[in-house]
Amino acid sequence: MADIKVTVDNITVTVPEGSTLLDAAHKAGIDVPTLCYLRDVNEIGACRLCVCEVEGARALVAACVYPCTDGMVAHTNTEKIKDYRRKTLQLILSDHNQDCLGCVRSTNCELQTLCKRYGVEKTDYYEGAKNEFEIDDSSASIVRDNSKCILCRRCTAVCEKYQSIGVIGNNERGFETYIGQAFDLPLAETSCVNCGQCIVACPVGALHEKDATAAVKAAIADPEKHVVIQAAPSVRVGLGECFGMPIGAEVEGKLAAGMRRLGFDAVFDTNFSADLTIVEEANELIERVTKGGVLPMITSCSPGWVKFIEHYYPELLPHVSSCKSPQQMFGAVVKSYYAEKKGIDPKNIVSVSVMPCTAKKFELGREDQDANNGLPDVDYALTTRELGRMIDEAGIDFINLPDEPYDDPMGESTGAAVIFGATGGVMEAALRTAVEWITGQQLGKDLLEFQDVRGVEGVKEASYKVGDLEVSVAVASGLANARKVLEMVKSGEKNYTFIEIMACPGGCVNGGGQPLVPSGIKNFIDVREVRAKGLYDLDSDRPLRRSHENPSIVKLYDEYLESYGSHKAHHLLHTSYVERKVNDDHE
Amino acid sequence: MKTLQDLKDIKAAKHGQIDIRFNPDTAEAAEKTYVLVCGGTGCQSNHAPEILEELTKCIEDTGKKDEIQIIQTGCQGLCAKGPIVVVHPGNVFYQEVDPKNVKRIFDEHIIGGKPVEEFLMVEEGPNGEDIPYVESPFYKDQMRMALRNCGKIDPEDIDEYIARDGYQALAKALTEMTPDEVIQTVIDSGLRGRGGGGFPTGKKWQFASGNRGNVQKYVACNADEGDPGAFMDRSILEGDPHSILEAMAIAGYAIGADQGYIYVRAEYPIAVDRLYIALEQAREYGVLGKGIFGTDFNFDVDLRLGAGAFVCGEETALMTSIEGNRGEPRPRPPFPAVKGLFGAPTVLNNVETYANIPQIILNGADWFNQYGTETSKGTKVFALGGKINNTGLVEVPMGTTLRQVVEEIGGGVPNGKKFKAAQTGGPSGGCIPAASYDVPIDYESLTSIGSMMGSGGMIVLDEDNCMVDIAKFYLGFTVSESCGKCTPCRIGTKRMLEILEKISEGRGELEDLDKLDELAHYIKANSLCGLGQTAPNPILSTIEHFRDEYEAHIVEKKCPAGVCKALLNYTIDAELCKGCTKCARNCPVNAISGEVKQAHVIDASKCIKCGACMDNCAFGAISRK
Repeated sequence: MADIKVTVDNITVTVPEGSTLLDAAHKAGIDVPTLCYLRDVNEIGACRLCVCEVEGARALVAACVYPCTDGMVAHTNTEKIKDYRRKTLQLILSDHNQDCLGCVRSTNCELQTLCKRYGVEKTDYYEGAKNEFEIDDSSASIVRDNSKCILCRRCTAVCEKYQSIGVIGNNERGFETYIGQAFDLPLAETSCVNCGQCIVACPVGALHEKDATAAVKAAIADPEKHVVIQAAPSVRVGLGECFGMPIGAEVEGKLAAGMRRLGFDAVFDTNFSADLTIVEEANELIERVTKGGVLPMITSCSPGWVKFIEHYYPELLPHVSSCKSPQQMFGAVVKSYYAEKKGIDPKNIVSVSVMPCTAKKFELGREDQDANNGLPDVDYALTTRELGRMIDEAGIDFINLPDEPYDDPMGESTGAAVIFGATGGVMEAALRTAVEWITGQQLGKDLLEFQDVRGVEGVKEASYKVGDLEVSVAVASGLANARKVLEMVKSGEKNYTFIEIMACPGGCVNGGGQPLVPSGIKNFIDVREVRAKGLYDLDSDRPLRRSHENPSIVKLYDEYLESYGSHKAHHLLHTSYVERKVNDDHE
Repeated sequence: MKTLQDLKDIKAAKHGQIDIRFNPDTAEAAEKTYVLVCGGTGCQSNHAPEILEELTKCIEDTGKKDEIQIIQTGCQGLCAKGPIVVVHPGNVFYQEVDPKNVKRIFDEHIIGGKPVEEFLMVEEGPNGEDIPYVESPFYKDQMRMALRNCGKIDPEDIDEYIARDGYQALAKALTEMTPDEVIQTVIDSGLRGRGGGGFPTGKKWQFASGNRGNVQKYVACNADEGDPGAFMDRSILEGDPHSILEAMAIAGYAIGADQGYIYVRAEYPIAVDRLYIALEQAREYGVLGKGIFGTDFNFDVDLRLGAGAFVCGEETALMTSIEGNRGEPRPRPPFPAVKGLFGAPTVLNNVETYANIPQIILNGADWFNQYGTETSKGTKVFALGGKINNTGLVEVPMGTTLRQVVEEIGGGVPNGKKFKAAQTGGPSGGCIPAASYDVPIDYESLTSIGSMMGSGGMIVLDEDNCMVDIAKFYLGFTVSESCGKCTPCRIGTKRMLEILEKISEGRGELEDLDKLDELAHYIKANSLCGLGQTAPNPILSTIEHFRDEYEAHIVEKKCPAGVCKALLNYTIDAELCKGCTKCARNCPVNAISGEVKQAHVIDASKCIKCGACMDNCAFGAISRK
């Protein structure tokens, strides 16, 4: 596309045709404020924070959606515009719950930041009626407090466009408009999959995860309880952001140190059970392939994805691997193998996880996730953000923590496990193991990296010749992309062998439980790529990069589980699914 | 499928029936007696169906089926005097026809040949005398172009439309003109959008005309008329639906579209029914469909019914609604001509705009642009309402003054009250005060005095109207019709309304006027769509022209027009009070006390200002101030 010249606040920049004024301003080094704009997802020009003057234009323009023309001259910071932006903020505040000090988003709120930037001294400049709402905390994962909602619609846009679910939308109109579910159903009664992308999209405190920190802290304080924690791969490239570190900063060792200082009795790594997942899943795949089972097999690590298929494609459930997710496998092993080894009554073990995910909070309460005499495999799932708040509250100087190791026997992991956090990572890890098992030969260093399935693209495909087998794979992240792949499977258009699906676009690194990045940054940097890079770097630095090589996993089978896919392994590590409906009970 | 010759034959065959209605003075002797019964929404809801039934029965009883023909038409215009019945030959108008009197009219006039004097439609002359309707300014001073067929033909009979040169303009465009010539003709005519914005129609078509034949395009008709009190478009759809279909097909030919959509509100059931009938007939005759008039031009039209959201009259919201989504505006650019319905180039015009098109094509640009003013050509239809004698639909050449419309055609303000202002443009417009009574009605003049042409609602206000209350009414409308998408409109209009409520309840302060002014200008400049950008107009124009009234509410805590309840006080004049106790007995809150035959007193702290006491006082002892 041709380049055009645009002058923004006296700076002339060259941008590709089709660029918006926001892009041109960014290129000129000017951050035009936005609240509703999310690139490619929510381009609706609704909040009016980004209004600018364009010479010759009849009216003010919304920079976020205004296309540049060659020779265009724009002003983004006139006194008049700043005054207008201030008024827009003041109007928003006039219908906004201003309990900012008590808000989970305080100091990390896009509205608050802009109020500060524009010197909104009088927060009550406009007075009048405020809408009143009840908090919807029906969901296991997501809490909505509409008294803080500014109706930017970023949440509804991601639910619709990333996830193709659209369980939230605009109800009523005008001043009474609010975001909610059809027929005002509680969120928990809808086909919401708990992915939490709405939370990640929210610029203010209207959406947050259901907080489990109080319960976890109470467990830690209870001397009767043995509290263990596992940390998912993506947490180590997210948590640093809670403490002002660069996006994607790798903090694997500080994470262990921080959790230890919070008082957990044992600090483990979900990477361990990611390796465990791979050996069980690769075994299941090979069995399906060799014994004529249902193919393609689809991964089951992402609880948002699992709930999605249960609601929207229940007829395809036999394709889903029966393996529990790494979080749940871990929990099941903690309350059996670990408990026995340590001589602790499983009833006294409190199994905590820290996840980049909100759907994990739902997953731990699912049926058939309680392998040890009905005890839940996992008791509490924290998001990366919640752990960040706990560390902050404890006064731990996170940035200056030393790097510490994870505890035995469930702290050891391979490079294959750590890449679980990026879309394509589970596929790659599974391929490393499955290919070696099928061919009986070790992959060389070059062949170990399956580059075709890496990257943030929504749907990736690849084919491999493995021994005599032609293995065709697909990787999808974001449920709208998952839907595309499932439709191709349903229609028979594609004959895949194995499919990886992650609910969140880009995979767990961009999960609903990860630290929140303001749209002003997100619109110009692909956070998913930056965080994923941290994981791939960790993988390439690891001495062991194949899950089946993990000595602790080998030992676990030797000492306890007997063999891959054994009866005991099935009891502890596999689960079942249910068919769900899509709101249709309420027509 | 009809050929051009077929249309000519139909026209010739119908000539006798049609000519008498349009040229009653010069037409040849009629073959039959024609009885026109108004079938507009106003008359329909006011016993017109019973009149029809009664007439049909009369004809059956007398067995004169071949000599008398009943025709149900669209709106006649003077809704205030409905239901209206017209008899030809003679061009005799009957007003406020009671179904009970139909038989008398039938016997004495239709059979007996002698019009029934007491039911005739009359206008009040300058000296209070009755003047026959056809000699009244309402009848004589109008210029009916968009409404040319309304009230005169049967909208459910395509042959009647054809007899009025219907579909001849489409034929001419398809067989004698290139698409660019069609567009040039519309540009040269000077026709501007009648929906409110006043954008040159031909230019709009030109913008959408590129790449004909290679891309999907659409023609859409905005029939989502939503201004309170406006019913111009409804009347055209009810009275002359084929004119819109023909115009849309012409637009389709001009830009290279093969599909049209009419977005009409579901609250217009009669218009919807007649549109469906018209569509069916047009398809049957082949004037819509494939290969129209033997050319390779294909065009069809579908209806989309709106649920009545005012914002769906905004073009991008309308298209969003047609697409099946919540009707909300989207940012422009891209403009509809580039990226409209379903992302395709789209021409969207309002009903009245389309209604002018066939005649412009048939008679030429110069014929059209001889009417009106320098920048505003042709005529404009107004729905007159409020404090005016002739409530109804009028069409006048652009440039007619407000005074002519109100005083002459509209018959002036009733009950000897004084004209105070006219509200035009609905919630997007403003008030034209008496000082601007002689302003010519055209796009620029109205905008320059803080109002706008709008789609044609014209509400006349007299001295009993409080301007704060009027501003509050229109703003209340906007607040409840705001879609809630952008911040300034969603919250800003609500805050303005709250300030107005405060003022009308006597809690206002002078600073509130500054805040209103500041908010109004902010909302105009910052809102996403036309609804928000124009929402402050009723406030700005009333503050500009009637600031003293606002100040009276704020400073003196008085409502000069006696409308704002909270500022009213009812008092009993002890001199005039006879102590009959009737007021006390009728007070719903027991706010009035007093002994029999003693002067009564109202306790202001209990009074809810309902006015029941005043209504019940036989001695005029109670006053409201």
